[in-house]
Amino acid sequence: MPRINSPSELEKLRQGILSDRDPEKPCITLCSGSACHATGSGDVAASIEAEIEKQGLSAELDLRKTGCHGFCERGPIIVNHPEESCYFQIKPEDAPEIVSQAVKEKGIVERLLYTDPNTDEKIINESEIPFYKNQERLVFGSNGSIDPKSIDDYLAIGGYSALEKALSQMTPEQVLEEVKKSNLRGRGGGGFPAGRKWEESRNAPGDIKYVIVNADEGDPGAYMDRSLLEGNPHSVLEGLMIGAYAIGSHEGYIYVRQEYPLAVKNLAIALTQAEEYGFLGKNILGSDFNFNIIVHKGAGAFVCGESSALMTALEGRAGEPRPKYIHTAVKGVWDNPSVLNNVETWANVPLIINKGADWFTKIGTEKSKGTKIFSLVGKITNTGLVEVPMGMTLRDIIYEIGGGIPGGKKFKAVQTGGPSGGCIPENLLDLEVGFDELSKAGSMMGSGGMIVMDEDICMVDVARYFIDFLTDESCGKCVPCREGLRQMLKVLTNITEGKGNEGDIELLEELSEVAKEASLCALGTSAPNPFLSTVRYFRDEYEAHIKEKRCPALSCKELIAYHIDPDKCQACMICARKCPADAVDGGKKKIHIINQEKCTKCGTCFEVCPSRFSAVQKISGESVPPPIAEEKRIITRKSKEK
Amino acid sequence: MSDILVRIDGKEVEASEGMTVLEAAQSAGISIPTLCHHEKLEPFGGCRLCIVEVQVGDWMKRVVSCVYLVEKNLVVRTRSEMIDKIRKMILELQLAHAPDSPELLDLAKEYGADKDRFDKEASFCIHCGLCVRYCDEVKKKNAVGFVDRGIRKEISFIPEIAAKECWDCKECFPLCPTEALQAAFVLTKSLISPPPSREPTSEE
Repeated sequence: MPRINSPSELEKLRQGILSDRDPEKPCITLCSGSACHATGSGDVAASIEAEIEKQGLSAELDLRKTGCHGFCERGPIIVNHPEESCYFQIKPEDAPEIVSQAVKEKGIVERLLYTDPNTDEKIINESEIPFYKNQERLVFGSNGSIDPKSIDDYLAIGGYSALEKALSQMTPEQVLEEVKKSNLRGRGGGGFPAGRKWEESRNAPGDIKYVIVNADEGDPGAYMDRSLLEGNPHSVLEGLMIGAYAIGSHEGYIYVRQEYPLAVKNLAIALTQAEEYGFLGKNILGSDFNFNIIVHKGAGAFVCGESSALMTALEGRAGEPRPKYIHTAVKGVWDNPSVLNNVETWANVPLIINKGADWFTKIGTEKSKGTKIFSLVGKITNTGLVEVPMGMTLRDIIYEIGGGIPGGKKFKAVQTGGPSGGCIPENLLDLEVGFDELSKAGSMMGSGGMIVMDEDICMVDVARYFIDFLTDESCGKCVPCREGLRQMLKVLTNITEGKGNEGDIELLEELSEVAKEASLCALGTSAPNPFLSTVRYFRDEYEAHIKEKRCPALSCKELIAYHIDPDKCQACMICARKCPADAVDGGKKKIHIINQEKCTKCGTCFEVCPSRFSAVQKISGESVPPPIAEEKRIITRKSKEK
Repeated sequence: MSDILVRIDGKEVEASEGMTVLEAAQSAGISIPTLCHHEKLEPFGGCRLCIVEVQVGDWMKRVVSCVYLVEKNLVVRTRSEMIDKIRKMILELQLAHAPDSPELLDLAKEYGADKDRFDKEASFCIHCGLCVRYCDEVKKKNAVGFVDRGIRKEISFIPEIAAKECWDCKECFPLCPTEALQAAFVLTKSLISPPPSREPTSEE
């Protein structure tokens, strides 16, 4: 492919690609993101390819392996174009039917359609499914329609037109002004206005300046950035190029986790293609703008998501934050001005340049503009990635898009913002999501993790879990974080094990205050949040653990016991057979009793006891009732029907 | 170099550009406690004990004085209720590692820190990094370094380098604020461990 040397050549190329494509030609798009890959989309792709071959349809039907469609709960996902019929949980054996329907019969494979759980109605089109219908997928939307390994696919949907516009019609100052006007705020955690950061770097002295993509996404349960890089890498590259042009940078870095092999692979392919087309290198699109990008693979440290730690790691040293009180935008990598933005922030830039800041600021709330991608996980019916306009309420995200809590359970809290975010309780469900709104509620936007919790989740244990994560991920450089977290984890573990003492909450509060005030970096200053937000909204749970040695959620192993209600036990032997510890005593027609000495509290008996009996109970904070007398254990049934 | 006038604890102090608040304070005989600071070494900002309050205009913030640079009209308070509270907690956390360190005990007396507030930890090391940074920045040998991260982080001598360099140096020992023995112990342990054999062992 020859280099593109001017905007007109780019447009000619784009027209060429489009005219070679027939929008009416049947095409099967198959999600090949990491989540669907894990549920078998690789095998599905192979069987569809084989089926196309077998049915002799190679000329009439395309298969496109795309990035993540978002509805990961129901993967692997297929959308047949041009009808846009949408199929879920595809297995390799579904291939013949899908292929033949796609071309020959132009029909629908009814059994693979989405069924609305409320109305039992089958829904054909993606856009009609509640999960998608209520989203606004500006950044993430193209993921499902393009092959991330094909730059032509990206060009076909208008890719690199924002770069072309910036280079040929705008000065760097104008680009900067547009981004500032859009009030685009960092999607990686802090929510700092991207335009201000860019301006600071642009005005900072120095000839060498860097732009960096923070793709060190490390929050448990969050995979927004991963899916963007895997599914639409060029959008991130294009944003980075535009940023570099605005700032006056000629070298960019992408700091991506090594644990994201598909993202690394697709990025490498995208970079090679962008170089071949001349979007990277010297005199890009015939302008005098030169720019190159280097991919740096991170070695798996959560703290390297922090800007100065990431830059230290880029320089080849241990990823520890710097203590300096000077912005990295002024003195960053090798003390040169360096603009670091997260994957999603960069991916927003081409949209802003193409459609304008006025368009962008119409979406969202007063202080949080645009959309945000959330990774909606945990106890939620529709697990997946969702993109919504800022200002949508948590309730709408969880119930309208997420489909609510599965299994008839009650909602308890939603944890947002990653490990150093916080838990938001039910009475705040009408909170509109936005940077400042979430912070005010004691949580944060973070990079967009959203973990939904139901009534079975113990909030003290949640705090312990996240503090444990952060203790493990602390770099260990400063005392308030390293030693403070060490002690917080000990106290929280004790509380969940029934060894809590009067005064523990106050001690945790004191440790939190010191970590917040005195830690070196944002990991430390935000590390107490899991405790602070849970104690703010669920203090009674802490007190129950400490004072009554009771876990209200019946979750903490050390504080619960399993007991078989003799009035309900039908002596069916199921729990006795399944118990791995041989702790259930009983026989046919003999009421079962759990030997508390032998019980390992694995919960198997509780799970296997038929729901029509519900004889196995969890109890906490009270002693286990004594076993009933031997002679009363024999069940005599009058008739078989009860 | 132009002089910068700052006010520390009500006292006017003349400082020069590029000076840290800690240096300015020390030059005026105002003492700020430190554990990881050493005049020959780059600021580390790890122990956080030298935290102070600075006022720039109407905005008060807490910063560590070993890193924060002086600026015009800066007002510094080296003690306050909050600063003392933070220092007390930092000392208590460190005393869990080194309950017998004279340096820590002196500071504990000043800030009312209880050396037995937290259960004792196995290692004396308080991760001030003085040995590691001295060996790197002054001696340029890197015979001792940090390994691992977070609460598992510890100092470790690299046997190959230590065997050559350490016997006639040992300049890091007296820098250790907790127990010089810690460094000596780790050093000895490194040196007595058998050298990695070039021959594969029979199990391999």
